[in-house]
Amino acid sequence: MRSGDVLARMVVPSLKLQDLIEEIRGAKTQAQEREVIQKECAQIRASFRDGDPLQRHRQLAKLLYVHMLGYPAHFGQMECLKLIASPRFTDKRVGYLGAMLLLDERHDAHLLITNSIKNDLSQGIQPVQGLALCTLSTMGSAEMCRDLATEVEKLLLQPSPYVRKKAVLTAVHMIRKDPELSSVFLPPCAKLLHERHHGILLGTTTLITELCERNPAALRHFRKVVPQLVQILRTLVTTGYSTEHSICGVSDPFLQVQILRLLRILGRNHEESSEAMNDLLAQVATNTDTSRNAGNAVLLETVLTIMDIHSAAGLRVLAVNILGRFLLNNDKNIRYVALTSLLRLVQSDHNAVQRHRSTVVECLQETDASLSRRALELSLALVNSSNVRAMMQELQAFLESCPPDLRADCASGILLAAERFAPSKRWHIDTILHVLTTAGTHVRDDAVANLTQLIGEAQELHAYSVRRLYSALAEDISQQPLAQVAAWCIGEYGDLLLEGNCEEIEPFRVEEEEVLALLEKLLQSHLSLPATRGYAITALMKLSTRLRGDNNRIRQVVSIYGSCVDIELQQRAVEYNVLFQKYDHMRAAILEKMPLVDRSDSQVVEERKENKAGAQLLEAAAPVPTEPQAAKLLDLLDLLDDTPGHAQHLPPLAPSPGEALVHLLDLPCVPPPPAPIPSLRVFERDGVQLDLSFVRPLETPGLLLVTATTTNSSKEDATHFICQAAVPKSFQMQLQAPSGDTIPAQGGLPVTQLFRILNPNKATLRLKLRLTYNHFGQPVQEIFEVDNLPVETWQ
Amino acid sequence: MIKFFLMVNKQGQTRLSKYYEHVEINKRTVLETEVIKSCLSRSSEQCSFIEYKDFKLIYRQYAALFIVVGVNDTENEMAVYEFIHNFVEVLDEYFSRVIMFNLDKVHIILDEMLLNGCIVETNRARILAPLLILDKMSES
Repeated sequence: MRSGDVLARMVVPSLKLQDLIEEIRGAKTQAQEREVIQKECAQIRASFRDGDPLQRHRQLAKLLYVHMLGYPAHFGQMECLKLIASPRFTDKRVGYLGAMLLLDERHDAHLLITNSIKNDLSQGIQPVQGLALCTLSTMGSAEMCRDLATEVEKLLLQPSPYVRKKAVLTAVHMIRKDPELSSVFLPPCAKLLHERHHGILLGTTTLITELCERNPAALRHFRKVVPQLVQILRTLVTTGYSTEHSICGVSDPFLQVQILRLLRILGRNHEESSEAMNDLLAQVATNTDTSRNAGNAVLLETVLTIMDIHSAAGLRVLAVNILGRFLLNNDKNIRYVALTSLLRLVQSDHNAVQRHRSTVVECLQETDASLSRRALELSLALVNSSNVRAMMQELQAFLESCPPDLRADCASGILLAAERFAPSKRWHIDTILHVLTTAGTHVRDDAVANLTQLIGEAQELHAYSVRRLYSALAEDISQQPLAQVAAWCIGEYGDLLLEGNCEEIEPFRVEEEEVLALLEKLLQSHLSLPATRGYAITALMKLSTRLRGDNNRIRQVVSIYGSCVDIELQQRAVEYNVLFQKYDHMRAAILEKMPLVDRSDSQVVEERKENKAGAQLLEAAAPVPTEPQAAKLLDLLDLLDDTPGHAQHLPPLAPSPGEALVHLLDLPCVPPPPAPIPSLRVFERDGVQLDLSFVRPLETPGLLLVTATTTNSSKEDATHFICQAAVPKSFQMQLQAPSGDTIPAQGGLPVTQLFRILNPNKATLRLKLRLTYNHFGQPVQEIFEVDNLPVETWQ
Repeated sequence: MIKFFLMVNKQGQTRLSKYYEHVEINKRTVLETEVIKSCLSRSSEQCSFIEYKDFKLIYRQYAALFIVVGVNDTENEMAVYEFIHNFVEVLDEYFSRVIMFNLDKVHIILDEMLLNGCIVETNRARILAPLLILDKMSES
């Protein structure tokens, strides 16, 4: 390269950062902006290669700006290293900033700055040390932390508060990266708490919080400092205005919040510490000025702490009342946090929260999406047997007007609550019907199964249900779940429909022709899903035995569909045709009313009382291979009646089209059972153990059934046992009621609970469990994530 | 723990971004656009806390500038809300004119206040002290 070229290149003046920013902002289109940036990047690259070292920091600063806008800037990484090593402060400043933004543990280059950081940390110039600590705490990897731990520890004890506060927080980061370093940083903590500088106190509290969260031994160790923390907080609350730290009349709310959080962790499940804090919490709760946001923040943290520790009953009532006051506040933010906190409390202090039910229900009307979602969750949690009718009315009104993304949750919530607390079967059926008509498309798949089950069980309400469903269907055939249930009911109870008497609603005459016409309309409509059409044709078939007229119309329809394009429908139609022709004498027997399906057991096969005639049919039926096993009968019956079968077909309905066909063809060979997934012991404490066992039914790819079995080998019963689970948002989970809430001692009958987890996207399963129970006279609460989930559970 | 800190203008352009947990660079732009969209679509009567994927977003609007902070579940939302205001007051005191031309100084201030997602200093005088020293050094 000739020196002339080099000079020529250098003569082009490089932009200052300010000018660059102006130029980029002046660019009118994306393409223009890209052009400007590319030109500048080329310049920066050239200058890095052979430019003036004194200007390097400016170039890097520009590069960082460009990086922030989203353009690649990896060629600046080595420059960061060079700048960090330079003795000038301005260079170091930009170099460290660059390291924070551009480097991270995934690049190998990051280890190279370890040495520079070490030198800078031991140098003794405070701003430089500050910079190094800042960068270390942002992007330090585990190895770097191990190398530099001693340096940081030394800095913790230095006189200058500027460096110490940063060193403390760097220690927090180090512990997060490498938990074994906790032993290094544990001893200085107690001493650091004696400092008066708020920055150090803030950092130390964070450090202690982090240590306690990771390590139960540390937790026990730090219970000793509870009195000291109480003292610090008391001083903060009682001293008046301090110019240094107050915000709106509250002294250093950030420190107060942090101390309260630490107290919460220390006091949880520990009687003694909780008692030490009681007075203080009451004091904070009553003295804090709530006219401004800062005060409210402190109050919120206080309430959360009160609820988590063993506080006196009066204190808890105070806390819930504070939340109630928040709910009435005009400021939306406050209402939001109030709703969130109440949601956390509703399990443990149900009665106290019930008092605020009316306010919560009002919040449903909010236009703000965050608020109404929270209000919905809370309202659903507040439903109990005494207020169920009123709450359901409100919730149903809400369902009609709520935004679409909340509809699914609202609908399933209403259905679940209805199932648990329905005061009467008729009310239950009405509620489900209402939900199906308003939000039918958002309802979960097994709602149909549940409803048919419910109707089947309520014998006295058959006439009523079928009439209601008929009217609803006549009005609107587009809601699929409604159409399916209605079709099934009309098929089953068509005779009741035509009888014309029903006390509960106004009698109306229904002609046979009308019923058939409606079912045909459903069958032919473009809006109907294949499953719905399956229901419709089956219903038509059943009506052939229930109705008194002749069956020409039905026969016609059935024979037309014998050449339908949809294989499932065609199969059915062909077989029904056969029933009309060759096996007409058995038709009545096969199409008899459905026996009631036993809901709870998965081994329903044995418990089904098949018709004798049906069994004989199988033996005699020529086209069907004669396998006198109950399973095959089940399959044939499945073909005729879409029962909410709980036998081998889980979940029952929506994806069924291909299934029944497959079973019929597959009769001789049973599909091999899936390889069993090993079960997992996830929790053990004082003799109470929780194991999870997993089943992946073959027929439904995304479904996982988890059975949680809790046993107790200790000498005392565990009572009021509640297990809750959470999964990531892309999953759907349904918890069924546990078999009980007391686990008897000494290996008594275990408590089991079934979770059904649907994972349509085959995403990685994460499961978080929360257990609360009383054991040995103490309440126990455990929240943990289940790791080591076998891969077969979600693949 | 605070996961990220953003300053965006009304048109959706990022003025400042600081991530305390690593996010891939191409994911960052996506994240920022989505976050900005959800904040901009809220009216002034709605509350300042939004739930977005695993984070909670807390935002405040100052004239044409939005400050958005993403936190995880353990943080007290109102304390963070207060913190944002604190930050803006510090910026106000230091910068008499438009902020954006001195981006590196803003970074310095932010680093003084937040370290790895945890609040370290909230006292205005102490935050600005090193900056003022720096200014004096560069002048001389």
